[in-house]
Amino acid sequence: MILIHCPYCDETLPEAEFTYAGEAHVVRPDPSVSDETWRDFLYIRSNPKGPHAERWRHAHGCGRYFNAIRDTVSDRVLTTYKAGESKPVLPGDVK
Amino acid sequence: MSETYEHVAPARYRISGKGRVNDLAPVRFTFDGREIVAAAGDTVASALLAHGIHLVGRSFKYHRPRGVVTAGSEEPNALIRVTHSAKGGEGRTEPNTRATMQEAVEGLKVESQNRWPSLSFDALSLNDRLSRVLGAGFYYKTFKWPRSFWDKVYEPAIRAAAGLGRAPTEDDPDHYSSRYAFCDILVVGAGPAGLAAAMAAAGDGRRVILADESGEPGGSLLAMPAATIDGKPAWVWLAETLETLAAAGVTILLRTTAIAYDHENMVGLVERVTDHLATAPADLPRERFWRVRAGRVVLAQGAIEKPLVFDGNDRPGVMLAGAAQTYLNRYGVAVGRHVAVATSHDSAWHTAFALTDAGVTVAMIADTRAQVAPALTAAAAERGIAVMLSTVPVATQGTKRIKGVWLAERTGDTVAEAGYHACDALLMSGGWTPAVSLFSHTKGKLAWDAATGRFLPDTSPEACHTAGAGAGVWGLADALASGAEAGAAAAGTTAPSFTVTGDDAGTGAPEGALPSDRPARKAFVDFQNDVTAKDIRLAVTEGMRSIEHIKRYTTTGMATDQGKLSNINGLMIAAEALGKTPPEVGLTTFRPPYTPTTFAALAGPRRGATFEVTRKTVIDPWAEAAGAVFEPVALWRRARYFPKGVETMDEAVARECRTTRKTAGIFDASTLGKIEVVGPDAAEFLNRMYTNPMLKLGVGKCRYALMLGDDGFIRDDGVIARVAEDRFHVTTTTGGAPRVLATMEDYLQTEWPDLKVWLTSTTEEWATIAINGPKAREILKPFIKDADISAEAFPHMSMLECSFAGVPCRLFRVSFTGELGFEVNVGAAEGRKVWELIVGAGEKVGACVYGTETMHVLRAEKGYIIVGQETDGTVTPQDAGLSWALGKTKADFVGMRALKRPDMAKADRKQLVGLFTEDPGTVLEEGAQIVEGPDEPLPMTMLGHVTSSYMSATLGRSIAMAVVSGGHARMGETLYVPMDDGVIAATVTSTVFFDPEGARLNG
Repeated sequence: MILIHCPYCDETLPEAEFTYAGEAHVVRPDPSVSDETWRDFLYIRSNPKGPHAERWRHAHGCGRYFNAIRDTVSDRVLTTYKAGESKPVLPGDVK
Repeated sequence: MSETYEHVAPARYRISGKGRVNDLAPVRFTFDGREIVAAAGDTVASALLAHGIHLVGRSFKYHRPRGVVTAGSEEPNALIRVTHSAKGGEGRTEPNTRATMQEAVEGLKVESQNRWPSLSFDALSLNDRLSRVLGAGFYYKTFKWPRSFWDKVYEPAIRAAAGLGRAPTEDDPDHYSSRYAFCDILVVGAGPAGLAAAMAAAGDGRRVILADESGEPGGSLLAMPAATIDGKPAWVWLAETLETLAAAGVTILLRTTAIAYDHENMVGLVERVTDHLATAPADLPRERFWRVRAGRVVLAQGAIEKPLVFDGNDRPGVMLAGAAQTYLNRYGVAVGRHVAVATSHDSAWHTAFALTDAGVTVAMIADTRAQVAPALTAAAAERGIAVMLSTVPVATQGTKRIKGVWLAERTGDTVAEAGYHACDALLMSGGWTPAVSLFSHTKGKLAWDAATGRFLPDTSPEACHTAGAGAGVWGLADALASGAEAGAAAAGTTAPSFTVTGDDAGTGAPEGALPSDRPARKAFVDFQNDVTAKDIRLAVTEGMRSIEHIKRYTTTGMATDQGKLSNINGLMIAAEALGKTPPEVGLTTFRPPYTPTTFAALAGPRRGATFEVTRKTVIDPWAEAAGAVFEPVALWRRARYFPKGVETMDEAVARECRTTRKTAGIFDASTLGKIEVVGPDAAEFLNRMYTNPMLKLGVGKCRYALMLGDDGFIRDDGVIARVAEDRFHVTTTTGGAPRVLATMEDYLQTEWPDLKVWLTSTTEEWATIAINGPKAREILKPFIKDADISAEAFPHMSMLECSFAGVPCRLFRVSFTGELGFEVNVGAAEGRKVWELIVGAGEKVGACVYGTETMHVLRAEKGYIIVGQETDGTVTPQDAGLSWALGKTKADFVGMRALKRPDMAKADRKQLVGLFTEDPGTVLEEGAQIVEGPDEPLPMTMLGHVTSSYMSATLGRSIAMAVVSGGHARMGETLYVPMDDGVIAATVTSTVFFDPEGARLNG
């Protein structure tokens, strides 16, 4: 059971308190976009091997949605940040 | 059933003055009906061996006689079925218990397994003779033809012959507990390394847990009484160390196996609390599952001795040398009188010396190596033990007990003619394999040490340290030092140092299958799954290349011992056959649990009535008293129907339906999800979340509300009432409430954080009582004095806040039955009182109470969908006939854009329709598939399936709803539902079966 830091509660807590909520920074487009753009918004995800920006909800705590960078290889949460904050630059990110 | 045992006197093999058992405290148990007198401290295995009993079971596939091989949890052969007679009961019987781990308990009933009719004569041992055709993958090659035999002949026969123990036929009456614990340092294994680690880590208020799977801490120290540590005899040092640790606040958990090492230092421990007790206090759990979150973990699990691979290495009496040393020194048991030793490691020499010193004859030490340390040969000479270097065992003799061994001099891969040597036990050692399973659970990397033929722990992503034999360190002094170092590193302290004498440090040479002068057909690699070296070579010959394929084809390492003894031998043989090095071939994946674990330990208290929470409404006790039959709906327990007298469900539901349509019915709808949506932007928020237009919904008005996902598919529905300009009472489906709230929170927090809206779950704040039927108003009216609820003042889809007999109430004029309907919402605390008032008033006019089944029928008669029954996550509003619920002029709502994708408007989408069976008495099965023609060739094209189906008392015939490809354009068509006993014809109709004009709603 991994440990996750809730950026709102400022506490590191077991995964059981949280629910996963999909990839982060997927912007809901304006309805005027093309079918392809809407399809991509609905169904196309990055599925990386390595750091993955994703959303979690502190469902059994404060109830807030926030973002996390989790390494899909090691299954470790590298960092978490509040909803609306931009994705942090990680060592090894291509600038 | 009678058993005969050859010339076995009680405890003839017990050596008085040896061991830690107390033979002044006898413990009696039975083995296949025969009384065994054990000494306090014995395991079942050590007690049987003390009586000279080696044969304890039959093997899995060939039913070969098998005996005790080890003295620990890695035991592959000595699997027994145990019943605690004092605790009693078939439900407390456990199959496949390892005799080496089960402590001798007064009154224990032990039975051997996998034998029929008896252990000494077993009918299926015929398989052993057939082994030529039962080799690796035989079941893939045989049992293929004819096809009709698959399920009628082969499978029953194979199933009857397969498996090890017999599962108990009754429920386990014991209880199991579950516990979370946190510590700074968890030490797994209380052998020398683990004890030293705990000593280094303890103190300064650090929370230290030390866990060991044995009933006694000490590990290998228990088999090394001659050693001294810091000038004290090993066992004195052990006792003092345990006292020191306890005084320092270390939690010592015995009979506790670390079964899994999960992320971020979460380690699962199973503590066997009562299996070693003849009787146990009722409040003690049988097992306790600890989930320990540790700051740092020290893995000091030791090493597991490897068997040598040669023909007949599985006969009873052939066992691991280290085990024999444990039986001698810990349990005071000689495993034989005239013992042969075959080894490739120094450790077995020390066993031979210890046995000789205890008065046992050691016929010879045969070592596969050409050279060993001169000190060993000198010590052997001192004791008069014959030494045979460059010598390998090539075969054994004896059926139920070894009688002798053929030993042959080897030169590389060839051997000279073998000589026969009589013995009553053969002790073997192929060296030691570090127990790296838990380390591997962490995704830790292993490094191959070619010189010793071992995989050693390398790097791990977890904060863990390895120590002792488990880290490849051999010998007492080095194990203590490495444990102290690991403990100190984990705790940030300085490692204590130890002075040791009588150390049995040594080395060995790795061997695969030993060379032989004969075709070695029964050189076993995996004892429990009966896999031989030949099977592994055959798998390679037949094209298996990956070790994972070899494993699955031969089943090596797939038994309940997970290959603890066999993995490395199997790998060495496979690598040789493949012409690769062992690290190139690689190990199979170690997975939790480390040892077989009861399901009950994992389930803990979550079974039976406490498996999950049962939510009950405040009206539930009334329903129970009224004789309701209940059904689970999500986590709720809901009244399904209220039978009168001897009514069946169908009869009760028909009566409830008729009464509701004719007079009135009263229904507990409290489980409906409720969310209070409040704030200046509440209307805007709901307008975006739901398909329906919400901005202009007037205060005191209700609206049906449909929620989609952004993919355009139906997710939930309910009714939204505007209580005030900035306040809405939103209902959801019973099962969807938490999901809907989470979705709303998601959009509110992350898509539209600018909206000023607050969401509160109010499901359990309100009791909701639905009154439906022509007399609903008549029943309700006397209780509402402060509001006009006439048809004119309070029309369909209205709500108002009023007083219900003095109780504050949100009254809705809504209907899920098509009848004049009201929903009375009152505070939950008043729910029971209000319910009884309404039921009392209802009874006076002939109304009834009804349950969920009648609710389902009544709504289906009106074609009202239930989300999750008519929908399955791929149904759009158009598919469900709910296009009218889409706000046509809205700029956006969740799901709006997706509905414009071309796929969402295809003519062949599955659309919701009604079905009338040709025979009005036939009720279709929900879930049944629908096809176009009864004579269509197989495979038929599935057009859709039945979603709801009932006998309608109102219509006097069956009705059904279904999703059918292009269904809306098929009105009047006849479709077919093929069932086991024939094809049912049905006509496609509208989903509104009753009162299509909706006149009754406005009554």
